[in-house]
Formats: sequence, structure tokens, C-alpha cells
Amino acid sequence: MTVNPQRQLPPLMLSGLEPLIITPESNFVNIGERTNVTGSRKFLRLIKEGNFEEALSVALDQVRGGAQILDVNMDEGMIDGKESMVNFLNLIASEPEISRIPIMIDSSKWEIIEAGLKVVQGKSVVNSISLKAGEEEFKYQAKKIKMYGAAVIVMAFDEKGQADNYPRRVEICERAYRILVDEVKFPPQDIIFDPNIFPVATGMEEHKNNALDFFRATKWIKDNLPGAKVSGGVSNVSFSFRGNNPVREAMHSAFLYHAIKNGMDMGIVNPTMLEVYDEIPKDLLEKVEDVLLNRKDEATENLLEFAETVKGSGKAKVVDDAWRKETVESRLSHALVKGIVDYIEEDTEEARQKYPRPLHVIEGPLMDGMNIVGDLFGSGKMFLPQVVKSARVMKKAVAYLLPFMEREKEEMKKSGTIDAEAKAPKILLATVKGDVHDIGKNIVGVVLACNNYDIIDMGVMVPTEKIIQKAIEENVDAIGLSGLITPSLDEMVGVAEEMEKRGLKIPLLIGGATTSRIHTAVKIDPKYSGPIAHVLDASKSVPVVSSFTAESDEVRNRQKTKFKEEYATLRTDHAKRQESKVYISLENARNNKTQLDWPNQKITKPSFLGTRVFRDFSLEEIVKFFDWTPFFQSWELAGRYPKILEDRVVGQEAQKLFNDANELLDKVIREKSLKADAVIGFFPANSINDDDIEVYQFNQETFEEDRTKVAEVLHHLRQQNKKSEKTTNFCLADNIAPKETGISDYIGAFTVTCHGAEELAKEFEKDHDDYNSIMIKALADRIAEAFTECLHQKVRTELWGYAKGEALDNESLIREKYQGIRPAPGYPACPDHLEKGTLFKMLNATDNIGLELTESFAMYPAAAVSGWYFANENSRYFGLGKIKKDQVEDYAKRIGKSVEETEKWLGSILAY
Amino acid sequence: MSNIKDILKERILVLDGAMGTMIQRHKLEEEDFRNENLKDHTSPLKGNNDLLSLTRPDIIKEIHAEYFNAGADIVETNTFSGTTIAQADYSLEHIIYELNYESAKIAREVADEFTAKEPEKPRFVAGSIGPTNRTASLSPDVNDPGYRAITFDQLVKAYKEQGQALLEGGVDIFLVETVFDTLNAKAALFALSEVNEENNTDLPIMVSGTITDASGRTLSGQTTEAFLISVSHIPLLSIGLNCALGAKDLEPYLKVLSKNSNAFVSAHPNAGLPNEFGQYDETPEMMGKQIEMFLKDGLINIIGGCCGTTPDHIKVIAELTGKYQPRPLPETLLA
Repeated sequence: MTVNPQRQLPPLMLSGLEPLIITPESNFVNIGERTNVTGSRKFLRLIKEGNFEEALSVALDQVRGGAQILDVNMDEGMIDGKESMVNFLNLIASEPEISRIPIMIDSSKWEIIEAGLKVVQGKSVVNSISLKAGEEEFKYQAKKIKMYGAAVIVMAFDEKGQADNYPRRVEICERAYRILVDEVKFPPQDIIFDPNIFPVATGMEEHKNNALDFFRATKWIKDNLPGAKVSGGVSNVSFSFRGNNPVREAMHSAFLYHAIKNGMDMGIVNPTMLEVYDEIPKDLLEKVEDVLLNRKDEATENLLEFAETVKGSGKAKVVDDAWRKETVESRLSHALVKGIVDYIEEDTEEARQKYPRPLHVIEGPLMDGMNIVGDLFGSGKMFLPQVVKSARVMKKAVAYLLPFMEREKEEMKKSGTIDAEAKAPKILLATVKGDVHDIGKNIVGVVLACNNYDIIDMGVMVPTEKIIQKAIEENVDAIGLSGLITPSLDEMVGVAEEMEKRGLKIPLLIGGATTSRIHTAVKIDPKYSGPIAHVLDASKSVPVVSSFTAESDEVRNRQKTKFKEEYATLRTDHAKRQESKVYISLENARNNKTQLDWPNQKITKPSFLGTRVFRDFSLEEIVKFFDWTPFFQSWELAGRYPKILEDRVVGQEAQKLFNDANELLDKVIREKSLKADAVIGFFPANSINDDDIEVYQFNQETFEEDRTKVAEVLHHLRQQNKKSEKTTNFCLADNIAPKETGISDYIGAFTVTCHGAEELAKEFEKDHDDYNSIMIKALADRIAEAFTECLHQKVRTELWGYAKGEALDNESLIREKYQGIRPAPGYPACPDHLEKGTLFKMLNATDNIGLELTESFAMYPAAAVSGWYFANENSRYFGLGKIKKDQVEDYAKRIGKSVEETEKWLGSILAY
Repeated sequence: MSNIKDILKERILVLDGAMGTMIQRHKLEEEDFRNENLKDHTSPLKGNNDLLSLTRPDIIKEIHAEYFNAGADIVETNTFSGTTIAQADYSLEHIIYELNYESAKIAREVADEFTAKEPEKPRFVAGSIGPTNRTASLSPDVNDPGYRAITFDQLVKAYKEQGQALLEGGVDIFLVETVFDTLNAKAALFALSEVNEENNTDLPIMVSGTITDASGRTLSGQTTEAFLISVSHIPLLSIGLNCALGAKDLEPYLKVLSKNSNAFVSAHPNAGLPNEFGQYDETPEMMGKQIEMFLKDGLINIIGGCCGTTPDHIKVIAELTGKYQPRPLPETLLA
């Protein structure tokens, strides 16, 4: 591609948090240069000392002083340039007033430049690359810069060295431009040349044209290289007048005046080292321009001589600090709103002396300031990063006051004003699982801490279990949950449920952007019998927490009742507005059941009826059906087997674990120390009354069925949630032919267990070998699962034989590519654990293989699987979901239990 | 595939609506998010909607078909959270390839069926690439502003894996959407450029940012224009905005994009703002009215819906697009 100069190129567009668009009409763009370790001794010292906070104020000074791009350079032998660059740019990103403007990533080392490019969200400028090390490297770097999305400064430097006269500048810039535009396809408007600003008035003959050559080269570039811009480090030009600021300032201004006239677009200038061109005294200006434009042979001597007469301090730094003259209250407020930490301690101290108690400073001017921040944020006049900064200022102020508050407390204890034993109430704060937002929570934490509460902040993405564990451990007085995204609402409901389940009575506070009074009332409050309140914002948190943690039972109870009543009213109102649209009646659900075309369903009679027992089944056979992936999961190694063994992160660990497991497994197989037993059975069956399955008697010898005699009735539940048009309300009974069709259908059942793990584990524990103790249990689980898989295959292809032609490898088995299902009672498709009773009875599992049911219908030994076999090709796994009271009443009748007891067993799936 | 760039010059294309909202209608349970592979997976999987492409492809296919039926030209794959980073919450880093590949394949199949039926209205598949749940330019820790929970390199790696699988699964377009931190998006663009280069392909890329609130900025603090500038270094098929706001609140920011961008402009707003229960109330008619304003003003080339929108919304939107001309590309940029 060649650039057609006739075609208008877009302007150079850069960005920080805000855009910077540089058009031919733009004024000169000022690049802040003090955040450069090679140019500022102060900045270097701050970086060396690790004082990044003050280093940031250097950057802020530059922005406030008018810099439009901020040059950051960390090229110094004594510091880790890459790390310092990344740290500093990350910190800048958290200072919205600084990161408003684009960054210039300045380094002579490519690795520092690249590290910088990876941490800026805006479109920055790279300073710089050149042809110094040849075309290959130049092209590589330019291509990368294009991919990262940055403009680039190209130094007039090539394999032969730096361009120090006019023809060399032209030669190098043109060559670099052609390579960038024609080969790398770099956008021409994003190319900025630095044709080298060298000192003048050095007393050396060859330096006399330094400024003039720069001006001419600039003009040539702008006339001949479409889109390209010109930049440079201006302070170099006055190098020989170090220490004489008035002269340097005049030189900078005069140099810029001429460079800009010739087309210079931007430059690295210390804005505080710049005189206004028109205000340079005429005599000084004349002498300066004589030097810059090489107008007289004796120009240098004249200027040197003249310089002696104008030595002075130069122009004073102008920063808008009028706000420093205001009252301490408005200064604190200003600092909070602007996020300025520079004076916060001295201002806080002043306020502390003015107010009777340190706490009053927090509750007074500091909270006032934070309220302004809250209002500005709410109305979109401040945005998140700024609020974070304000919170940091607040924290600093509070941290300053804390020792004073401690001392005050000590004194009050001594004087008996407060009970020496009284401890600050503990408040636990957490952003719920799945959510990373914590600004609001942190503010609440700061505010509460200021009010003398002991804050335990668990951070973000905290799982329910951890919240509750910590709350119990620390015996906290209240729990505050926060979240910003909508899924957090459900998480909070989960926390409330779990707190109820654990019988906790700790007050629960709900806050965060998506939370609301109505959501708390309708969804959370009913789940928790303890005190609960929705807290709108940080300022509301204090009164609520203080009444919830009050000494007096009466105050606490009154507060609790007040919220409970308020939420009950809200719920009633809400219920009136909402009709129940999510669930349908059991009758309608049955009408929407899965209707199979029964006369055309292929039904296979099993090869036998009744049970068959497998004792001490070949472990070698079972191992072929191993699904190792869950094994790794049980050891908290994420990844699919076998790929996990090559995983870069966990691969090595996984391989070790896998080897150990196989070694133990081989030993187990050799010594037959684990025993796999199973009993399966097939029975004549039909579905009745939509949701139940009748199992019929048969002759044990001839397998002759008597479908008039019912042996057992199996009970199933039906999905009751409202379905979209094409889907039906599932029930497992739909997979068996209804009695009224007259078609003979069958159901299967199985129980599988692995004996011996517990005994072996105990042996290991005696040796303090927890590793193998866990390992053997994990292996026993796998054996039970694999045996189940193995049996299911036998059932499909041989014992029941409805899929004789099936030929699936282990991977396909794991992916459930077979026909028929084997759902387990207590799991999503049939959540009622009670049905395991019938299943065990049908298989006589306890006598046959020593597998027992506990009183809560858990299987023992634990390495066990049980379930039903359905053969129909339409059968598939599903989750029942929640059910309504009409179904529970109907089901209770069917299983012959009271509604109350049934509700107890089905507690987790009740939709009411 | 017909050239989408040519079609975009002729007419406004319709993107689909929400996936999550449609999935919610099915009232799925934990078991729906599991298959044989995942049946013993230790962490709960419910709510990991991307996973349904593997465990309930029937539902995902049905949703794609419903949107095509409603008039969508482009559907998004069910892969919004299909990166190792986002799936780490569920310890499912190992299924990334399969998840993206299968999701793309499902959408491809449905799209091809519709294109075969109506060759004059070719249907496209956009590989949905979400922001992940981490921010590369914000610290999650207020006391440690220099800290980052994720790096550019980690993001590039994750996005490359997703992009490669989507490409192999047959998507026509990459859609980097719901950009709340521009640095994350830049990592995605970096990764997708590498994917295109390594596969010797030139899949067009759409970018869609998210303006989080009334300040008119992204979560990471950029103005709309700064955001546009920060992602324009890679040639984009379109630039747009989605999520967080309803159509009405989006308009001023769409105007900024429409005025300044070389690329086509897209929008897929929410059905209004969420109510207290996190649900969206704007009816298709209400939303249609708002969207008609942008169409009238010639701001738009691609229009669809985000959270809370349904095939009914898309149907109304699709009918509207027939009445208006697409936004013309700025003259200088056609070269």
C-alpha cells in the first residue's frame, strides 16, 4: 500500500480514560516529563525508595500543570525497570485524574516497553523504537506495537548511528516511514518521529546548527511523510545552561515557537520550565534566537554573557491550591471528593483538635465528604475509580484517628466511663461467591470501623460455607453480605438458608447495588428466622448495626420485629401483585406428560426375571471401566483424564497421584483386599395413574408373569414447573408402558458396593498415612462407580439385552452415548430417598451383598451405588425441580405417609 | 458464506436476543448441567449456562432456532463464559475446547438449516467472547491498587483457546462483547489476531462495550470515545454497545460511536433496566419504540438484544429494520 497524499488520513487518536485527538489544527501537545527516572532525580529517588505514593503525586502534578500525555521512564541500572514500569502504570490506572490522559511508555529496552503495553487500557505511545539494531528488530517491534494498539515514536537513529545533521535525519526518517507504512502496514497517522533535539550554545562549532537542522527536518517530515508527526525532548536544547532557569525557560519557549511553526506536534517539556513566548524580555529573546537560528557567529558568547545577568529562581510553580485556604471541613471534603491524600493527615489532625472527640471528625466532616461522593457517584458525576480513591483517602483519615480513639477508649475505661470488659461488636463482611465487587462493602467496613465496630472483612467471592464457618469461629455479632451482580441475589438467599439450617441467630445485613428492600423481604427474609435487614447504603449501616448489636435484649428484639413486620407486609403486597405463574397444577403437569407411541415402542423382555447376585467380581474387569476424571477432582486437581497428565500446571502432580493410585490399585487387586459385590434384578412392570409403577409377581423358575398380582408399587414425582411449548413435564414413570395399553413392560434395579475400604483406611491411619487412607476410599468409590458402569453395559447388551449390538468404548460410556438410563433414588430425577427402601427390598440387598441403609436412607458402606434401569430409548436424565403442595399431598397419600412427614423428606424440593 | 460486509452495506442485520433469559424459562436443575462426564464433578454446576451446549444441546439448538425464526440474521454461540478464566469458578478449565467447539457447531447447524430454507437471507454465527470475571486494569483490592487478579498474557492465552475452538467449530464472526475493561478486550483482540494469522483466516471481529452507568463510562473508567480509540487498532467489522443499559439510555453513546467510527455500528441493549428481582420488564413493543429512534436517526448497522430480551423482542426489532436504511459508512473509510 502506498499512501495517497490526496486522501485525508484520520487524525492521531490516543486515549487514557478520555480521548486525545491530535489534528493539524491542534495546538502543541504537551508531554509531562517529570515521571522519568533519567530526567528527574526526585522521581528516581522516590522509585528507588519504593515510595510510589509520592511518585504518583509527581504524576498528578504534571497533569494538573497541563500535561496532555504522561511520559513514564524507568530506565535506571539500580532498579528493576520492568517491575517498576508495571507497578507504576498499574497505580496510575487507579488514579483517574492521572489516567485520564494517555501514557507514553518510555524505555530503550523492548522488554520494558512490552510489559508497559500489557497494562494500559488506553491507546498509548511507545517511546521509542529505531533502526539502530537493523530492520528485522524494527519491524518485529512495530508489528507488536500495532497488535497492542499504540502509536510509536521513531528515533532518527539507524545502524550507523544517530542522525546529527539535516540529510541524515531525512534519510533515516524516510526509510523508517516506508518500512512502517509499506511493510508493517502501520497506520501513518500513528507514526511520530523524534528527529533528535541536541544542545546548542555548547561552544562547539558542529553544534551550531543543531536547532536549525531540527526545524528543517521537522518541516521536511511534515511535507513529505503524510500523517507522520514530530516530537522531541525539548530540555536538551538548553543543556549548557543548567542552573540558569530564566535562560532555559526562555530557550525552551523560543525553541518551541520555531519548532511548532515548522510543524512540531508534541514534545516532552516540563510545563513548569516554560516561559510564555510573548513575555520573554526582548533582549533575552533576541540573544536566544540568535543562538537557535545560528544568526550570528558570536551568538553563543553573547548569550553566555547575558545569562550571568539574569540568574534567578525562574518562574514559580503554579498549582491550583486555593482550596487549601478554606475551612478544615471543606478541605477534608475537597480531599475526599478529589481523592487527594497529600494533606489528609494534617487536615485530619486539625479537625481532631477542633472537635471534642475523634469519632466526631469521622461522623462529621469525613462522613459529610463521603456523602457528597455518594451523591456524585449516584448522579453519574463521579465514576468508580474515583470513588475507590475517595475511599482510600477516607481510610487514611480514619487510620490516622484510630490511635486517638484507642487512647480515648483506654482513658474512658480507666475513668470507668465505659465497661472495661466491653468489647467492640464484631461485624463480618463479605462479598458473596461469584462476585468481585467490593467497593460498597469496603465503604461500609470503613464507616463501621469508624464507629468502633470490629470489622472482619473476608473479601470477595466468599463461599457460603466459609462465611458461616468464620461467623461461628469468631462469634460475630452481625454478618453483612454484599454483591453487585444479579446472580449474587441468589447467593445471598443461599447464605440465609444455610444460616437457618445451622440454627444461627446472628443478625444478617444485605447490601449492594442490585439488592433491594423488596428482594430481601420476598426472597431472603422468609429463609431466615434470625434478625435481617436490607441496608441501602453505608450511612444507613450504622443505626441498623447499632440496634442489632445493642446490649439490651429489648432494643434488639424491637428492631428485629420491626424489620420482620415490615418485610411481611411487603411480601403480602408483593404476593397480591404476582400471580403464581411459574408452577402448574399436578393435574396440568400430568396432562403435559411425555406421551410415547407405545404400540410402536420396541420392548425387550429381559433374559431372566428376578435377581442375580455378583459377589467378588473381577476387579481387573471393573478397572477397564474406570472414569479417572472424578478421581482427580476428588483430589482437587482440575482437568480431564488423560489430558490432565500433560497439563502444564497440574500435570506433574496428577501423574504422581495417578502412579500412586495405580500402585495401590494393583496391590488391592493382587491381594484382593477390596471386594466388589452387586445384585441386580429385572421385573415385569407397568405404569399406573401416570406417576407410579406397578411391579408384578412372576414364577421364579419359568419366568411366567402374573400381571394381576402386584408385588410392589414404585412411586415417582413429576416436574411441575411451567414448560415452554415444546417440552413436557417429565416423570420417570413415563418411561414404562401404562397398564391400560396392555403392553408388557419391564423395569430393572441394581445395588453395587465395594467392601473393605474402611478397614484398609483404618490401617493406614494407624500408620498416620492419611494420604493412602484418602486414596483407598477414593479408589473404592471409583470401583463402585466403574462396577456400576460395567454392569450397566452387561445389562444393556446381554442380561436385559435390549441393545445387543451396542459397541461403545469407555470414552463413549463416560459420555453417556448408550440407550436407557440408570437414575438413582435421592438424585435429581427421583429425589425421594425413601424409595431406596423398596429397591433394597426388591433386591434383598442387605442379605445378598451386605449393603445396608441407615435411618436417613444413606447406604453403608459408603462406596455404593443403587438405582433403577429404564430401557426405553426415549428415556433420559432430567432434574425434577421443585414441586407444589398438591403433588406433595397426592404423593403422601400414595406412599401412605402423612403430608407432614412427606414434606420433611422432600424438604429441598418444595416450591412453597 | 455470503460476504457479510456486502450485506451490511445493503441492510440492517439483526442479532439475536438473550440466551440466559431463554434458558431461565426451562427452569433447569443441577442434573441438567451434568452429563456422564460431569456426574461426579465436585463443584455445583447449576447456573453455568455455557455448559448446556454439552449437557442439553437440545435446549440451546431450540433457542437458536427460535431467534432465527423471529428474524435474527446472526445468532451468538452459547459461549459467553467459555474461557478457562471464567470456567475456573466451576473447576471446568478442562472442557474449554469441547464447550466452544460444540457450541459453535450447534449454532452452525441451525444457521445452515435456515440458510438452506431461505438462501436469500443467509444466517450467520457469531462466537460470543465475554469479558471473563476478572479485570486487567482494576484492582479487586482497595488497599492494594497496584494489584491485578489477571494479566494480559493470561487473558491472551485464555482467549486464544476459546477463539481457536470457536473457529474450528465453524463460527463466521468473533464477537468480543460486554467489554467492561478495555484492557481485557485488547487482550482478546490480540489473541484473535493471532488466531486468524495462525489459521490463515480472516474472520471479522465485532466489539461491543458496556457503559455501566449514568457517568457514560465503562467500568474501567473510559468514555465511549476513549474506548473506541483504544480498540480501533485492529480492523473491526463493527463496534457497538450492549448490556447494562436499556435502549433509551444507550442512545447518546451510540451517537458517539456512529459519529466517530470507521466500522459498522452495533447495539444490543437490555430490555430496560433490571427490577428489584433482577428481571427485565421492557416489553417488545416498548423496546421496539426506543430502537426505532436509533434506526430513524441512521445510527445502526447491527441491532439485537441483551439481557431480558426474547424472540418476541427480536421479532419486533426485525420487523422494524425492514423499514429503515442502514447507517452509511463514512466516505473516507470505504477505501
